[in-house]
Amino acid sequence: MTETPIRLTVNGVPRTGQCVVRKLLVDFLREDLALTGTHVGCEHGICGACTVLVNGQAARSCLMLAVQADGAEITTVEGLMQNGALHPLQAAFRRHHGLQCGFCTPGMLLTALDLLRVKPDPTEAEIREGLSAVLCRCTGYHGIVKAVQAAAPELRAAAPWPDRRSP
Amino acid sequence: MASGSWIGRSVERVEDGRLLTGRGAFIDDHPPVSNLSHAAIVRSPHAHARIRGWDASAALAMEGVVGVITGRDVAASCKPFGVGVTAPVHYYPAATDKVRFVGEPVAVVVARDRYLAEDAAEAVVVDYEVLPAVVDPEKALEPDAPILHEAVGSNLAGHRRLVYGDPDRAFAEAEVIVRERFRFPKYASTPIETYGVIARWDGLDGVLTVWSNFMGPFIMHPLVARVLGLPENRLRFIVPPDIGGSFGIKSSIYPYLALIGLAAMKLGVPVKWIEDRREHLLASSSGTDRVAWREVAARNDGTIVGMRFKWFDNVGGYIRSPEPGCSFRPTGNFVGPYRFQNLEVDASVVMTNKSLTGPNRGYACGHLYFETERMIDLLAERLGLDPVEVRRRNLIDRASFPYRTPTGGLYDSGDYAATLDKALVLAKYDELRREQARARAAGRYYGIGLALAVDPSVSNMGYVATALDPQFRAKPEYLPKSGAVDSATVKIDPLGRVIAILGTTPQGQGHQTIVSQIVADELGVAPRDVTVVDEMDTFTRVWSISSGTYSSRFGSVGTSAVALAARKLKAKLVEYAAHLMGVTPGEVEFRDGGVHRTSGKATPYSIKDLAGRAHWNTESLPEGMEPGLAATAVFGFSVARAVDAEDRVNSSNTYGFIAEVMAVEVDPDTAAIKIVKYVTVHDAGTIINPMIVEGQIYGGALHGLGGALYEELAYDDDGQLLTGTFMDYLVPTASEAPDIEIAHVVSPSPLTTLGSKGLGESSSMTVPAVIANAVSDALRPLGISITELPMTPTRLHDLITRARSSASEPRPPRSGHPRPEPASPTPLQ
Amino acid sequence: MKPPRFEYHAAHSVDEAVALLGRYGGDAKVLAGGQSLMPMLNFRLARPAALVDVNRVAALAYVREDDGVVAFGAMTRQRTIEFSPMVAARLPLLREATRWVGHLPIRSRGTIGGSIAHADPSAEYPAVLTALGGEVIVQGPRGRRTVKAADLFEGYLTTSLGPEELLVEVRLPAMPAGAGYAFEEFARRHGDFAIVGIAAMVVRDGARCAVARLATAGTGPVPVRLRAAEEILERDGLGDAAVAAAGARAAELVDPDADVHASAEYRRHLTGVLTVRALKRAIAGATS
Repeated sequence: MTETPIRLTVNGVPRTGQCVVRKLLVDFLREDLALTGTHVGCEHGICGACTVLVNGQAARSCLMLAVQADGAEITTVEGLMQNGALHPLQAAFRRHHGLQCGFCTPGMLLTALDLLRVKPDPTEAEIREGLSAVLCRCTGYHGIVKAVQAAAPELRAAAPWPDRRSP
Repeated sequence: MASGSWIGRSVERVEDGRLLTGRGAFIDDHPPVSNLSHAAIVRSPHAHARIRGWDASAALAMEGVVGVITGRDVAASCKPFGVGVTAPVHYYPAATDKVRFVGEPVAVVVARDRYLAEDAAEAVVVDYEVLPAVVDPEKALEPDAPILHEAVGSNLAGHRRLVYGDPDRAFAEAEVIVRERFRFPKYASTPIETYGVIARWDGLDGVLTVWSNFMGPFIMHPLVARVLGLPENRLRFIVPPDIGGSFGIKSSIYPYLALIGLAAMKLGVPVKWIEDRREHLLASSSGTDRVAWREVAARNDGTIVGMRFKWFDNVGGYIRSPEPGCSFRPTGNFVGPYRFQNLEVDASVVMTNKSLTGPNRGYACGHLYFETERMIDLLAERLGLDPVEVRRRNLIDRASFPYRTPTGGLYDSGDYAATLDKALVLAKYDELRREQARARAAGRYYGIGLALAVDPSVSNMGYVATALDPQFRAKPEYLPKSGAVDSATVKIDPLGRVIAILGTTPQGQGHQTIVSQIVADELGVAPRDVTVVDEMDTFTRVWSISSGTYSSRFGSVGTSAVALAARKLKAKLVEYAAHLMGVTPGEVEFRDGGVHRTSGKATPYSIKDLAGRAHWNTESLPEGMEPGLAATAVFGFSVARAVDAEDRVNSSNTYGFIAEVMAVEVDPDTAAIKIVKYVTVHDAGTIINPMIVEGQIYGGALHGLGGALYEELAYDDDGQLLTGTFMDYLVPTASEAPDIEIAHVVSPSPLTTLGSKGLGESSSMTVPAVIANAVSDALRPLGISITELPMTPTRLHDLITRARSSASEPRPPRSGHPRPEPASPTPLQ
Repeated sequence: MKPPRFEYHAAHSVDEAVALLGRYGGDAKVLAGGQSLMPMLNFRLARPAALVDVNRVAALAYVREDDGVVAFGAMTRQRTIEFSPMVAARLPLLREATRWVGHLPIRSRGTIGGSIAHADPSAEYPAVLTALGGEVIVQGPRGRRTVKAADLFEGYLTTSLGPEELLVEVRLPAMPAGAGYAFEEFARRHGDFAIVGIAAMVVRDGARCAVARLATAGTGPVPVRLRAAEEILERDGLGDAAVAAAGARAAELVDPDADVHASAEYRRHLTGVLTVRALKRAIAGATS
């Protein structure tokens, strides 16, 4: 089968690859770009484990074709650390036990980051509503909600977004 | 850092750094061998059909296809798996003659990538003769039901009647008897990471290496070896460091270890298979759905004198080991926290055209306590007593521990009354009852539920034999089974750094963190100075039949092995240092990361000093001391005994306790249930890391809530799965998760090195009971009693509608307890 | 769960997209936000010969008001609608309904045109389109035509669009100033498709109801405009008795199906309950 070239920016780095047109973005990220931090959980857009930022907005990478990301800017969990240190949201997850097995964590982090960008000072109910985009089976969400609550003021102060765009 | 200071602290997790930054090592992440081919599994679209034949020719001609194996190859090359019953059920890794549930594997296509493999899988032609299906366990036992396994002759995989004490007499002499019928749904913990297997066959050496996210028990290793006809030392199981959740479900991956292993052997290429979500929901594993009949015999003061359990456990198309654990895993704690001595258990294990079952968080205890705790509330209602009082009147007394249950369980420690009291105080139970009275007066439906559970951890492998008749077990050729062991190695490198090596398969429980805390305390170092390696490899780790990370084992047996290994090593350091100081070991002590003279002046030896000397200069060792600074400990429970002739067995090794209170309000217009308060108090002995422990409780509770309200693997009458996507199989989200108030009571176990017990299954086993009790209490003015889960809004709405229309005139809401007249519950059928 | 083979075309204009659809004679599918189509492809429940991706058709992403009508380019993302000040001001009912559409990461990609063309009867946007009496513009081989909401939805996942037609614009009459509105939904979890959803708008004229608009999601194969219930309010006003009567009438107007989540009877019951709740909230928010 013929393959289509793809040029995109991932975590600020220009990347190229080529794949068949039906290849899902998540498979392209994992297999072609070796970014295995993004996980596959359901391949129908419900579990949210594969959530990445596409041009700054959280989106399911299992519901996009890799060819659709040609020219896009993608942020994956691998792109969250800054200067070798955990992003404040990552640090909050660690402090508040926001992860157990860690499989949903990449999707949770990017979903939470997007949520805090559009709602910098969310209520607990808004956090829960926002996080309901990602399924976690380990934590009962308690530690995750606490982590996002704790990170919100830090992010409001520092706004260390991977990129800045309108909602 | 003074010793003893790390255990009991919420140390941040070692695991988190890699998992938060996308550097985890899950099965799908890093190919351990190059040139992998990818498998797609062809699955049955029919619930019940005879296979007339396979035709893979079209698939074999397709782009990128390496090869195909079918049930024919499986039949020719494999033995069936051993099963836990004597009925002749032939269970193979793929269907060989008939399919017995939708999603059953019938062939494996291997291709250059998964996309091409799925294309070709669609081209494999299987010729089916469709047969009538049966999915309901009661219907499956009717005389005209379709028979799944002709060799068995019926759909009954096994049946046991277990009698403890004199239940007939207890019921004959009872002042009150309450009876009820329950249905418990089929649900599964659906880890977000699905199954994954990679198999490589080294034909020259005859070694099959299988990487997978298998969690144990490693009894499945010899089982798979036998199926594939391989010597055990030619079959290597490797588990990567990270597993994306399991909750029991990944213990049932083992048929795929054989199936993908066979594909690698037959096709001569390394093969990778990652289960997709559709496959997972169709055909991985779940708990059983169960129909249960319960009877409780009591005196008028609420004292329970006996119980009768009868159930049909639906294990699906085949009985896959370790089933029928669904019926027998809780044997030792069948009586829960209550003192009664007379019990009859009539357990039938039924095969129907549904997917297969196995351990799922709380293995069988969600069923057990849903039934028992509902019965306690029904008894209280019948007697006009507060449900708290009925429970209190029957609790095992603190002075009775260690307590031997009539079914053979040995409850190691506990203070059940104090734990219940703590829950009541935390929940402000009396205030909740007053709030209920106010709500009822205002016409609102507000209810309060309680649930108590003995939380068994570290199953004793011996319980599985409860499924067999005592006469069978008495035969000389029968080998008794017992045990629960785990091992750990602690070593010190030449520069004094500590490494602990485990053979466990953690799925998010934070073993590396816990072990670093334990070893830090034992050796007087900081947790960050301890490196913990927990990648299971059957070729290199010390393991046994019961190894693995299941049945809440690690907090109990795993931690014991680690502490013992560290102590062994410490004893060696002490002996060595004493030798260097020229004194006897009795004259020195280990503290603050080194060995010191107990009295008098002498330069202490740090671990680093001792390590350097011991590694670099073996001549400095005392005579007879084995060189090297490593110690392996294998910890096993002496209380794990085989089932006795009277069917008594200590089915687990440590037993925690849970007391819960929940208040709910039901919106009668939408039938929505709102959790107003939820308190859970646990006694799991010594707590090593409270943060991790509470994480287990939060997670376990939500699994219970899922089963109680949202999750069901529902089938139509033809055996088609109705909830085969995450759009229909409803996993609770953050918006559904309730606030939980958690507290602890600590009754250290006398059986474990650190006094700790397992707690991983925790509230998954109590939430179905506590919320069913709370909702029943809320809807009592309507005469509704919950006997079936999940309490979906549509089911609850039906109950409310029927109750309202059947009431000739509306009942006045009654307030609180006691309630003099018995309500007439509306059975949920 | 990998999609089957298909040919893929990224169209850059509406004309190009329509031409591509024509070339495949009905065997091509339009790929808009992909939040419904991609799952169907991954499950291999959809097997189009080709996908015509309209995500790069820049001319299809706009929100503009034109003579009392708010027009949305079909590729306007649900997320854009959620945060659009114009939508908040002129179509607050649509904004409220948007927050019930999946989750934010779904709305990042999901589009208004895609949601309406997909015609899932449990979806929120078809209900709003029906309630407000909107219309869509479609372009096909024979040019453009306008389809009113009432003529659009034909059955489960079925619209009156031809296979070679592309939905290019969604048009909703701006809500009158002071209109009260509510989108009430009952779902088993947050973000799920509705078991039942009710879109409601009322325009108050003192105690009178000048205009009532009610439509459903999840109550049958297509969204249902509850005209007979609206008429009760427009005739009897906005008092509790009229609201209760409208709710009771609403329940009679729907003919829901049963599925694994809800019985038909429960859906009918919820239609009445949620109609009352939506109306009460809408009335409370309405100013004369």
